[in-house]
Amino acid sequence: MVFLGGQVLPGNVGRAILGPFADQRAVDALNHSLGVDRPLLVQYGTWIWNFLHGDMGTSYIFRAPVAPFVIDALGNSMKLALVAFVLVVPIGILGGVIAALNLNRPLDRIISLGGLSVTVLPEFVTGIILILVFGVWLRWLPIAAAWPKGAGVLTQLYYLILPSLPLFLVLFGYIARMARSGMIEALDSDYTRTAVLKGLPWRTVIWRHVLRNALLPTITVIATQTGYLIGGLVVIETLFRYQGIGSLIFTAARGKDFPMLEAGILTIGIVYAVATLVADFLYSVLNPRIRLGAEQ
Amino acid sequence: MSATDTPAALPAPDTARRSPWGEVLHSLLRSGTFLTGLAILLFWVVCALFGEHFVPYDPLDADIINTLAPPSADHWFGTDQLGRDVFSRVIVGSRDILTVAPLATILATIAGTALGLVIGYFRGIVDDIVSRVLEAFMAIPVVIIALLAIVALGTSKATVIVVIGLSFAPIIARTVRSAVLAERELDYVAAAKLRHEGALHTMFVEILPNVIPPILVETTVRLGYAIFAVATLSFMGFGIQPPSPDWGLSISNNYGMIGGGFWWTVLFDAMAIASLVIGVNLVADGVHGAFND
Repeated sequence: MVFLGGQVLPGNVGRAILGPFADQRAVDALNHSLGVDRPLLVQYGTWIWNFLHGDMGTSYIFRAPVAPFVIDALGNSMKLALVAFVLVVPIGILGGVIAALNLNRPLDRIISLGGLSVTVLPEFVTGIILILVFGVWLRWLPIAAAWPKGAGVLTQLYYLILPSLPLFLVLFGYIARMARSGMIEALDSDYTRTAVLKGLPWRTVIWRHVLRNALLPTITVIATQTGYLIGGLVVIETLFRYQGIGSLIFTAARGKDFPMLEAGILTIGIVYAVATLVADFLYSVLNPRIRLGAEQ
Repeated sequence: MSATDTPAALPAPDTARRSPWGEVLHSLLRSGTFLTGLAILLFWVVCALFGEHFVPYDPLDADIINTLAPPSADHWFGTDQLGRDVFSRVIVGSRDILTVAPLATILATIAGTALGLVIGYFRGIVDDIVSRVLEAFMAIPVVIIALLAIVALGTSKATVIVVIGLSFAPIIARTVRSAVLAERELDYVAAAKLRHEGALHTMFVEILPNVIPPILVETTVRLGYAIFAVATLSFMGFGIQPPSPDWGLSISNNYGMIGGGFWWTVLFDAMAIASLVIGVNLVADGVHGAFND
């Protein structure tokens, strides 16, 4: 399991992403004759150097520095992603755990099949259906994620529920499935049998022995879904007209605003790297084997 | 006719003993999941191929005096903002996505299989380098890759096929690689080496036929994701272009008005995408089950 974690979560993937991104940047730059008089490596070097110093370049469209746009958008996206994550992680894990404890009974079938069906649907399809049901027919939730200026946290949250639901649905299936298979494996293991035979109450066995082991692979999955989530954000933010990093990249791509595009994508690369690191850290905190080693 | 003739029901001319493929087919035909998915998929394939001959209206014909009409006996699914019949558009709209997504999947399968065979067979430094590059590539969301590629190359069906095909190739390569790693240790590969067969011959003639099952499973799974990706790109305006009645494109053209209550302009397209994606995933699930039981 530790080996698997190491394979799936190497800390350097995030850094590796910067390679292909930079290369794409170079390709784009070349194609559109953006300062091709200088050698690409020099351009790339200056760009990275400036980026590290907080200068992300100047937008072609807005004729203004890119940084404030990117930072605002990133903040908005983080809010949206946070709402989706706060909803999906506990509910997804709970769904998987319930499914595993009711293995092959109707409840398990419903959770597994339902989770799988909503996971495979594109976000804009579930988004449209949710907008129609909750925004247009029931009129419970606003259909665009644009709250009045200066709105409080609760109002913002109210506007963010509908956009976060499609992301929730896509992630729910993955997380529930991983939690389910992790649980099944843990329930079937020798240590669980030992714990039961040693006379521990079932509840304690589940909480102390099964859950902790079962959730390790789930955390790995949650981390790998960060990249996926970013792709989903592009779609969702467009659909709900939300000023996040996804719609920033989308608008920049459409308007061929390269400094904005590059800054947006590099920011995503950094976010991805940080998310991977955090997942790595969480994994080691939760892994009883690693902690046991520290105690000795 | 002799008694040894294969019954006409079996598609492949099987050898005398019961072939593993026959067994797979047998278990597929008994799988409810697979048959349901296949039925949905076949329905849309028929719509894509022959839809334009049986729909009540031309899906591209505008009717200016009859725009945004709600569903009625004349227009079962209503009309859109140009007065085009939504029912006809939904039926014929299956065509582009059912051309682009399978072609992208085939490209991904061919490229991924070739790559996977090579890195799985040679291992060592080639494998190390290529695998790291593939991992990095897989970490980037397809939507982002597609966005960049399409900005650089311009929008066309060919670009979409190439972008999706190449973004999925690493995933198939990874599957093929792990299958090849197991196969290359077997005796028949050693025998081929002893016969001084070339590396290419060993890879494509000896190993390839034995790793077909995982490739087939991965391909059907990828087809589901390809439909997902094509629909999403069309919705974003980077995929199939107007005036095609494509579903994603129609939703993107009409969703701005759903606040006004014109639900029929997007709901049926959304349901069509949902049914196709779920259908393909049911098929993939069935194929996966048939090969792993």
